[in-house]
Amino acid sequence: MRYLPLTDADRSAMLEKIGAPNVDALFVDVPEEARLDGPIHGLPMHASEMAVEKHMRTLSKKNLAASDAAFFLGAGAYKHHVPASVDHIIQRGEFLTAYTPYQPEIAQGTLQMLFEFQSQVAHLYGCAVANASMYDGSTACWEAVAMASRIARGKKRKVVLSGALHPHYAEVVKTMAKFTDDEIAHAKPAMQASPDTDGLISRIDDNTSCVVVQYPDILGRVNDLQPVADAAHEKGALLIVVNTEPVALGAIKSPGEMGADIVVGEGQSIGVGLQFGGPYLGLFAVRDPKHVRMMPGRLCGETQDAEGKRGYVLTLSTREQHIRREKATSNICTNSGLCALAFSVHMTLLGEKGLRNLAMENHRLACIAADKLAEVPGVSVLNDAFFNEFTIRLGTDARAVVRKLAKQNVLAGVSLGRLYPQHDELSDGLIVAVTETTTEEDIETLVSALKEVLS
Amino acid sequence: MNAPNASGWKPGTPVQDHNAMAGPDTVTGNRALMLEEPLIFEIGNTETTGVDLPEPTGGANRLGGLDRSEKIGIPGLSEPETVRHYTRLSRQNYAIDLGLFPLGSCTMKHNPRLNEKVARMPGFADVHPLQPVDTVRGALEVMNELAHWLIDLTGMHGVAMSPKAGAHGELCGILCIRAALEARGDAREVILVPESAHGTNPATAAFAGYKIEDIPANSDGRVDLDALKSRLGPDVAGVMITNPSTLGLFERDLKEISDAVHEAGGFVYCDGANFNAIVGKVRPGDLGVDAMHINLHKTFSTPHGGGGPGSGPVVLSEALSPFGPLPYTARTKDGVVHLIEEEDADAFSEAHFGGKMQSFGRMTAFHGQMGMFTRALSYILSHGADGLRQVAEDAVLNANYVLRSLDDVLDAPFGHSGPCMHEALFSDKGFAEDISTLDLAKALIDEGYHPMTMYFPLVVHGAMLVEPTETESKAALDQFIMALRSVAERAKAGDETLKTAPHYAPRRRLDETLAARKPILAWEEPNPPAGEPTMSEQGGR
Repeated sequence: MRYLPLTDADRSAMLEKIGAPNVDALFVDVPEEARLDGPIHGLPMHASEMAVEKHMRTLSKKNLAASDAAFFLGAGAYKHHVPASVDHIIQRGEFLTAYTPYQPEIAQGTLQMLFEFQSQVAHLYGCAVANASMYDGSTACWEAVAMASRIARGKKRKVVLSGALHPHYAEVVKTMAKFTDDEIAHAKPAMQASPDTDGLISRIDDNTSCVVVQYPDILGRVNDLQPVADAAHEKGALLIVVNTEPVALGAIKSPGEMGADIVVGEGQSIGVGLQFGGPYLGLFAVRDPKHVRMMPGRLCGETQDAEGKRGYVLTLSTREQHIRREKATSNICTNSGLCALAFSVHMTLLGEKGLRNLAMENHRLACIAADKLAEVPGVSVLNDAFFNEFTIRLGTDARAVVRKLAKQNVLAGVSLGRLYPQHDELSDGLIVAVTETTTEEDIETLVSALKEVLS
Repeated sequence: MNAPNASGWKPGTPVQDHNAMAGPDTVTGNRALMLEEPLIFEIGNTETTGVDLPEPTGGANRLGGLDRSEKIGIPGLSEPETVRHYTRLSRQNYAIDLGLFPLGSCTMKHNPRLNEKVARMPGFADVHPLQPVDTVRGALEVMNELAHWLIDLTGMHGVAMSPKAGAHGELCGILCIRAALEARGDAREVILVPESAHGTNPATAAFAGYKIEDIPANSDGRVDLDALKSRLGPDVAGVMITNPSTLGLFERDLKEISDAVHEAGGFVYCDGANFNAIVGKVRPGDLGVDAMHINLHKTFSTPHGGGGPGSGPVVLSEALSPFGPLPYTARTKDGVVHLIEEEDADAFSEAHFGGKMQSFGRMTAFHGQMGMFTRALSYILSHGADGLRQVAEDAVLNANYVLRSLDDVLDAPFGHSGPCMHEALFSDKGFAEDISTLDLAKALIDEGYHPMTMYFPLVVHGAMLVEPTETESKAALDQFIMALRSVAERAKAGDETLKTAPHYAPRRRLDETLAARKPILAWEEPNPPAGEPTMSEQGGR
């Protein structure tokens, strides 16, 4: 077996040193009736690298890769170009095969990277402090709700979710709330050109610990969050802003600038890739440094070594499970370190200038797509304002249209029926995302395919 | 080649000259290959970019008047500078690719590169989670194939694939237990957790709204069966037991524990962090376990990446399977693999399982860590049923070899309890009074090793938990044993140089107290000299 260095001679010599007659003697504490006497029946035996690669390649070819289609899916995961050097760097063994940096003297590479990552995220979100990452956007969203509950010391139990929060994110919050007594006020999205800010504000009361809004929202709409922030703060509630497309923040105001208290999001767009949903990268930041000690997850901080040289360590770990056990701010342990590295490298390659250019290129192409789609008979564009994603209405079940177009290698978007199966009145909605990887030819392909299927 | 080491090479060639590292100061602060590297904020510029993108042309704008006009403040670097920055940083890291990484309970084993290649195949890496299912059948087959391996290897009934890491898997298992109890109208309040448990266990149970009570250990380090039995009752929802335990011991009474817990109406959660010790040797399902997470980044070698991503599928007993999270995959009799989401959960459940779906809900936006599934499946297929069994045997053999090679010089508090499993546990007993486990660990860094897990489990004073894993050769173990023996002897002799270790790492000992007292958690622009503009006012650096 190519991954196992011990030879039979080694094994014999080692057993002799241990004083055991054979390896089974080392499993003596396993009850005899439960011990397996050989390889589990019915499972394949070991295979060569060549054979495994072939098997996996066969499976991979049963999927339609995004790059082989005219591709318009978003709704929480976006196809962006990732520079080749990003993948090169994350494959360096010193990053790929390192552990959580518990021994900082020999983990300065990971730690300095995390410090830079935290700083990049804080700037991007318009916040003071970001942590060293969470699993993904949806779990970061739940952690933010839990944090708001902690800040309210359990005295406020109501969580107001915007109807335009990604329904999977809302489901995650609801799942967790079932076990924590938080009351979740949630509505489905109204199919309007702009989000229903007044309706949202009317649901905030003195018992509200936090309000959760998405920006840009699930339908791709962007709107000023300051009125929601003001209304929340007036009632002593925190505003949590969820962002699933970080590239947008190269074009539109940061949530921190508009009064968000906690900003969380999905970092997948920058450096990580689609990967069928994971691993992704949860981003988590707070605007006010006073909330740092309530944050979940790892934090990397600057310090000095015994010779006075600058260095970095994991810090404020008295919040965490390995110290606080059942009193910890979260049970999270492993985070998304390698994805944070990918994000950070890509963000360093972009810089502010590149990020702004990337964002505006996304927006330019999205505007073209929206205009062209609006000309298709039977199609209307819902949004007044958007970044790189918007919702169109087809006047017919969008799910069926999506399935039909997929057969022609056109991945037209995410149907609202897929996301909201219980709401027939949303079923003609289709979320269309356009990025720098979309060509004008792709847009033409989508337009003509839609024309044909809708006629 | 039957005569290894014919050249006369020896694993230990001590550096005799204590001044070997001393030399003149350098003006750069670098020392040959040891290169200092500033922050990107100190070398980058907001006007520099390493990606060629068109400049905005001032065309259509539908941003709703929310244009970001304030400075963002994120520095950029050209591609060569970027590659150099991160390459220099990488060289300040220890990694399994560089040497033995004996972190107990963390399982730092070799990461086969085939798995990296497989994960990057476009059909896996470049697929959106919400594509129509007909365009992702291969991805669903990967999930299903891996799911079947996990079920067969553990002897369980079902598996939830979506948990993102071990602790997320724990949460999944505890929520299944809670949902199952609530479905029978039997709300219970308490989860029992052994003192030696990993911190995530009590944190998870508390996160799910349970009260935590400790279970004591007996003198050989295992769960005290009588104490556990006497605590069981109608308020106990379940127990969380790590097997093999964090003391590196197999809980030989687990079946009896499970029977007693089931008898009392509760469920058994097994923390599967250490499954690598027993894969192919014993199936947790045969020991009465109801739920167990499997860290794909431990047992099945997906890379740790400096702290994740992990992946924590949870295998479930027949009693808990109906309550698992959405989405999940299932293969029907026609051989087709389905993806079951909210949309079709009820219909599918009624058609194939004869009843309404009882899932506790969704734990994460999409389907789980696909990039880890492809790697883990590639690892599993490479080993096969025979190779995985050998993995467990070699992991346990290596750990026992370390234990018995060092128990004359280091105190092994449970050395009398029989063979260890995949990790060897030592305490600081016998060290000179002012020398700590931390000092020993830092001295091990100077010898070229990442230290073992320190001060965990908490029940052993100055604990040192050594997990070599099966991917170490005997020669690598012998050199490590020699190094650890040497630093242990120095610790017992009170060698003061241990207290200033490490001496040869990129940094000397770092001040963690300072970091926590005055937290600096993000880069801040230093104030400019009086009268001069700040860097951002100058438009970057």
